[in-house]
Amino acid sequence: MSQSAPTREVARRVFASEFNDAGYTFTESDDERAPVYALLPTGESSNRVFFVGTLTEKEDVGEDSEYWRGRIVDPTGTFFVYAGQYQPEAASKLRDLEPPAYVAVVGKPRTYETDDGTVRVSVRPESITEVDAATRDRWVAETARRTVERVAAFDDEGNEYARMARKEYDSDPETYKAAALSALEDLDDSGDELAGDESGSDDAALDDAPDGTDSAGTPEP
Amino acid sequence: MSELRQEAEAIAEQFSDHTDVDPDDVEERLTTLVDEYRVPLDEASRSVTNSYLEDAGMERDELGRGGSEEVLVNDIDEDEQWVDLRVELVDLWEPRSDSISQVGLLGDESGTIKFVAFETSDLPELTEGQAYELSNVVTDEYEGSYSVKLNRTTGITEIDEEIEVGDNADTVEGALVDIQSGSGLIKRCPEEDCTRVLQNGRCSEHGQVEGEFDLRIKGVLDDGETVTEVIFDREATEDLTGMTLDEAKDMAMDALDTTVVAEEMGEDVLGRYYRVTGPTFGRYVLVDEMEDPGTVDVESALIEARSI
Repeated sequence: MSQSAPTREVARRVFASEFNDAGYTFTESDDERAPVYALLPTGESSNRVFFVGTLTEKEDVGEDSEYWRGRIVDPTGTFFVYAGQYQPEAASKLRDLEPPAYVAVVGKPRTYETDDGTVRVSVRPESITEVDAATRDRWVAETARRTVERVAAFDDEGNEYARMARKEYDSDPETYKAAALSALEDLDDSGDELAGDESGSDDAALDDAPDGTDSAGTPEP
Repeated sequence: MSELRQEAEAIAEQFSDHTDVDPDDVEERLTTLVDEYRVPLDEASRSVTNSYLEDAGMERDELGRGGSEEVLVNDIDEDEQWVDLRVELVDLWEPRSDSISQVGLLGDESGTIKFVAFETSDLPELTEGQAYELSNVVTDEYEGSYSVKLNRTTGITEIDEEIEVGDNADTVEGALVDIQSGSGLIKRCPEEDCTRVLQNGRCSEHGQVEGEFDLRIKGVLDDGETVTEVIFDREATEDLTGMTLDEAKDMAMDALDTTVVAEEMGEDVLGRYYRVTGPTFGRYVLVDEMEDPGTVDVESALIEARSI
């Protein structure tokens, strides 16, 4: 697996509201094993995403075997994460986590079509870890920036994914930019109130890591 | 490229920040002087340069200065830039061609870079271990590697100073999105000068050996645009995870399985942001220093995002 590292797919930063609109998927070649990309409406291909949000609910929706669904909320909407027997680590993590909790997720976009023809976009996690508020804030700022950058490049000549997005979606990329900026503005407001706490917890964040593990890691038999 | 042509382009390049000088024109003038009037090349180029200076109403001092700024060698990432360096001569190699007077490595605190000096430039010889201020050297690129060329306009000043030569360290920042196989508690081959990581108790060079335990993390930092593979050695891994080698061994012993160590470490570090600095080896950055980027400065992030 790691041998394919030189061509490892980058993990896109995208807010839930945009991600959930990324229902169009494509491949770059006819090869059966060619990676599948979800097309982000701001004009970027995405074979992997990284996001941080609040796990608000989890539920085992499996019939025969465990199949965990998690709702992970960011400032713009909700990511749906599904993990079953083929994602044992992520599944056991979802089983163990107690909402609400800040979690970081690395995963692959997946789409499925419901009976009425709507395309749902979800995430098949590669890893889920519990993180702190500082990590969440950093992700929001980073994702806002990446989103705004994509929107800024949307009308660039030769931006093939923007061209594809224009063809496949009706959405106006400016709405994602507005959502990104307002997510960042909200962070600014809450940051003021929490400023004292934030910096305190931050300095200690690294030293705290082992302690954090003790509590989070005990379920290991 | 002929010697004359090279010289002509160097002269044209010197003027590039001030006035438009056509290298073909320069070459023609040089050819006339050198071929017809038998003027030595350095005298010819001096005279041609002077005539261009006169045309432009410039002083010799202004030449080549405009485009030239002092840089660190590891920051050089563009072809054909005129730069100044403050470096120590780290190593001299045997020139492979008669046209080359000196070739070797220059170093400053950021790292090292190859340099070439040509016979035609008629420069004083550089001495190994000596520190210099070099002005007006030109950057060169070959298959993604950069070097600098000294030329006849290069100013060489010996400086009385020890330069601590760096290791071409890079700094990368991003979220740790993956821990690759071969991470956590590993065993290395104990043979002398062999530090290969054992696969199922076997060294690819020495076969079945009694391995020595070690810790490392091969991770992937991802900033949403690029991915960088990073290696934390034992010290860096202990620093990152707070888990010592002995604790890792105990943990593996209890579980009768070494893989629990990497899993446990993953819990601590996956999905977090890090900024790491260290030398680059192949596609890996070896982590020397690691810091938590800390609390994000929302206000400046907002200003930046709005300005895009």
